[in-house]
Amino acid sequence: MQPFDYLKVGSQAAALEAARRGGRFIAGGTCLVDLMREEVERPATLIDISALQMREIVATGRGGLRIGALVTMAAAAADPHIRTSYPLISEALELSASAQLRNMATIGGNVLQRTRCTYFRDLSAACNKRAPGSGCAAREGYNRSHAILGTSAECVATHPSDLAVALAALDAVIHLVSGSGSRRVAITDFLIRPGSAPEREHALRDAELITAVEVPALPRPVRSGYLKVRDRQSYEFALASAAVALATRDGVIRAARVAAGGVGTVPWRLHAVEQRLVGGWPSAQLWRFAAECAADGAEPLRHNAFKVDLLRRTVERQLRIVGQP
Amino acid sequence: MSTQPEVAVGRPHERVDGRLKVTGRATYAADHAIDDVVFAVLVDSSIGRGRISSIDTAAAEEEPGVLGVLGHHNAPTLPYEDNADGSYNPPGRRLRVFQDDQVHFFGQPVAVVLAESLEAAQHAAHLVEVTYHVERPSTDLSTAIGAEPVTYVRGDAEAALDPAPVRLDLTYGLARNHHNPMEPHATIARWDRGRLTVWDKTQWVGDGTQRELATVFGLSTDDVHIVSPCIGGAFGSALRCWPHVAVAALAARETGRAVKLVMARRQLYFGVGYRPAYEYRLRLGAHRDGRLIGALHDIRAETSSYETFTEEVMVPGQMLYRTPAVHQVYRTVPLDVNTPTYMRGPGYVSAVHVLETALDELAHEIGIDPIELRARNEPVADPATGLPFSTRRLQECFTIGARVFGWADRDPEPGSTRDGDQLVGTGVAAAVYNTARTGARAAVRVRADGTAVIQTATTDMGPGTATALTQVAADELGLDMHDVTVHLGDSDLPQAPPHGASTTMASVGSAVHDGAHRVRRSAAELAVGDPCSPLHGADPTDVVATGGRLHLARDPRRNDSYQALLTRNGRAWLEATGLYTPPAEETRSMHAYGAIFVEVGVDHRLGLIRIRRMLGVYDAGRIINPRLAESQAIGGMVGGIGTALLEHTVTDHRDGRIVNPNLADYLVPVNADVPNLTAIFLDGRDDHADPIGVKGIGEVVQIGIAPAIANAVFHATGRRVRTLPITIEAMI
Repeated sequence: MQPFDYLKVGSQAAALEAARRGGRFIAGGTCLVDLMREEVERPATLIDISALQMREIVATGRGGLRIGALVTMAAAAADPHIRTSYPLISEALELSASAQLRNMATIGGNVLQRTRCTYFRDLSAACNKRAPGSGCAAREGYNRSHAILGTSAECVATHPSDLAVALAALDAVIHLVSGSGSRRVAITDFLIRPGSAPEREHALRDAELITAVEVPALPRPVRSGYLKVRDRQSYEFALASAAVALATRDGVIRAARVAAGGVGTVPWRLHAVEQRLVGGWPSAQLWRFAAECAADGAEPLRHNAFKVDLLRRTVERQLRIVGQP
Repeated sequence: MSTQPEVAVGRPHERVDGRLKVTGRATYAADHAIDDVVFAVLVDSSIGRGRISSIDTAAAEEEPGVLGVLGHHNAPTLPYEDNADGSYNPPGRRLRVFQDDQVHFFGQPVAVVLAESLEAAQHAAHLVEVTYHVERPSTDLSTAIGAEPVTYVRGDAEAALDPAPVRLDLTYGLARNHHNPMEPHATIARWDRGRLTVWDKTQWVGDGTQRELATVFGLSTDDVHIVSPCIGGAFGSALRCWPHVAVAALAARETGRAVKLVMARRQLYFGVGYRPAYEYRLRLGAHRDGRLIGALHDIRAETSSYETFTEEVMVPGQMLYRTPAVHQVYRTVPLDVNTPTYMRGPGYVSAVHVLETALDELAHEIGIDPIELRARNEPVADPATGLPFSTRRLQECFTIGARVFGWADRDPEPGSTRDGDQLVGTGVAAAVYNTARTGARAAVRVRADGTAVIQTATTDMGPGTATALTQVAADELGLDMHDVTVHLGDSDLPQAPPHGASTTMASVGSAVHDGAHRVRRSAAELAVGDPCSPLHGADPTDVVATGGRLHLARDPRRNDSYQALLTRNGRAWLEATGLYTPPAEETRSMHAYGAIFVEVGVDHRLGLIRIRRMLGVYDAGRIINPRLAESQAIGGMVGGIGTALLEHTVTDHRDGRIVNPNLADYLVPVNADVPNLTAIFLDGRDDHADPIGVKGIGEVVQIGIAPAIANAVFHATGRRVRTLPITIEAMI
């Protein structure tokens, strides 16, 4: 680990002021500290924001929820409102990491979680994300866990967060603040595909802080859930996952939200699947028909071709689990 | 002499060191409080083959707290005497750290940073700039050329197969597995006036680590002292003294201070050994009724370019079933990798997987029950040696297992059972492991306060050796367990074999038994000759001991306590050295056996295999402690689940890099993957094997698990997967 300065701040203003002078925010530290140990991350200054008041989960006036950036994964997963209204969020959280990590990691940090690509984490390997211009060892290397969607010549790494998949399905909005004011960015715009600049993973500006994640209200009544497919039954990142929310009235699907994880360089919203669902009657045929297009545009690599079928089947299964009457 | 009653042996006593371990007070290798220690962090090669052209240590040495960097550029030449006989080093020329500029594999130690703090050493290790002349490594078993093979021939298998009514030609691929003990390998080394002391994670303090360091540094073994009282798991990874131990000792000599070197988890994937990957082609010929006619084994396994590692992968194919004609070709394939080593159930895990899956394939091919197929090929004597079996209750294991598991209800048709999204299947496999024994010694001393101390150099990597030895000693001395203390893991203690290959209880347990027996006999002799003893004048062979009192076997009222006897006679203690020497020539075929039953559920649409239940029935001789034995069996089963479904060390053949060197990417089973596991040990003992009747259980419990799972997956789905691990992509 490279030596660094550590600064604990007591207010948002102090955090922003410190960040303006340079430094990285740290909250739970479950991702950042790991990467610092490997010297993949080498911040000169850490600004500890864990004392800030961003630990509330509150209902918005519009029937949605605002989750403070410092709410832990464990706290969010246990929140009665989230469990009742947004099972896909609590399920995505509970299927993430381990209990120990969920007690430390925060919602804001989770969205910024960095890829599990093994070459990214290995300093002696070529990685455009870690060392721009050095190449991508994964593209022609061992890429079983890598992305089939949203990739570029420069990067094929997946976004590892389960929560972000649920948030993408829900059209969640990231609340940001900086010295020049606050703004809101849809999560699907906030997380950026690698393109030719894979080192840029999100729309955060310099010295900008995530304060909350807002989840809009869904049409009611709605059922939702998250399915995570992986080799072992716990403590592993997704090979494929599906976040699904379906609002059904009078036996007809009125609204559908579907996103996939483990397959994209960013959480992968599946609008085409949603379009096939809306107006349909729940049935095995509908689930299969809708899921057929889940992997459209996929560009599999040498070791991850199985993800194309796996993605379709994961979406189909989760549509059935959520949507069967 | 009268036989001692069994009081402690056979009971499920809790571990004598359990409290110490769960309260965090057990001292593992890195935990020893050694003053003024220097921290060492290895710099490992980032190429898979080539030469070091330069090492720039300037930036590292400028870091505050850094004392220096050692590499081939500045390290002294060390004697590195040739491998001594009896060493566990495989044939070849072992890696000589920092003695030249050659890089033999990705991750080879090329330098070590020494600093006053761990943090400074870790950071400075990143600042060492090494440049290389890079060559392309050869790391792919499937394309590399093998060395001269070892062969075994019995009959003419080729000719026997030709007219065989049923023939199978099957090729299996088994992934490289790493031991992944909880405790990383760690060493503290210190020199005191030319004598080297090493606190180390090692399963073999004596002829393993002590002798290796003596030969590396040109010392007498008397000048090398190894201490290893607690080991946080090893599974074979600590059977050999790996290069980092020599690095720590070298660094200690160069700095004149104690040096602590703890390997990072990542470094365990190339700094110590692993279970080698295999390509195993098996051709079987059989009669229509299932009786085997012949078998041709073509075995390829990876080894390093500098050492030829072999293991007992040929034995099961020679002796597990009656097979008139057997031809085996075992070829190691030298690659630019570090040398493999023994891992729990070495050789047998791999060979039995192939044999037991192939037998399942044969059973399906000819349409008979897989248990019945095994019964039809049960030998009456060891097919390889012709020796009678000491005890072989494999068929009994199958019979009892079938009853407990409910095998009779099975519909043999693959894919015939469904439970929701899961296809459900069951499978069986046999397990076998050689009962090896090695010479061992143990010092046994009963003190005038009525307590006893047992000393032997064996280590305890976790199975509960200290507990089981306490039980053996307590019964033979006639003491309560809490009055017996066992000291292990120190090369100054009486010599013991490597703590591995399921030999410890048979060998060291028998030495402890012998030592305790001798002490009790001398106590009996002292008593019968002591006019003040109630036992005076009795025949010493009529004397037994229980609860700390010597008494006549037929008349417990005539008794004398150790305490009173020794005090009266002015003896501070009575002691003896117990010995165990295995027979020079075996007259029996001795193995532990097992029958494994598994039920899996396969969500075949998503490719997910889940274990629903597992049962192992074992014929392992006398079980000293059923609680420890069950714990061993559960651990072995979990290891087998890993081998079958998860574990796979992946190499990037472009540069020889291990791409999953951590426990997030190298998958071992977690609790959620492990359902209810049941182990049954048949009551019995094997008196041919050793004086205490044990056959060893550490290995056999990991053998046969993977094939039982693979066979259950086939039964569930009709899909036969011949490569391990069986992952999602093979199932969808």
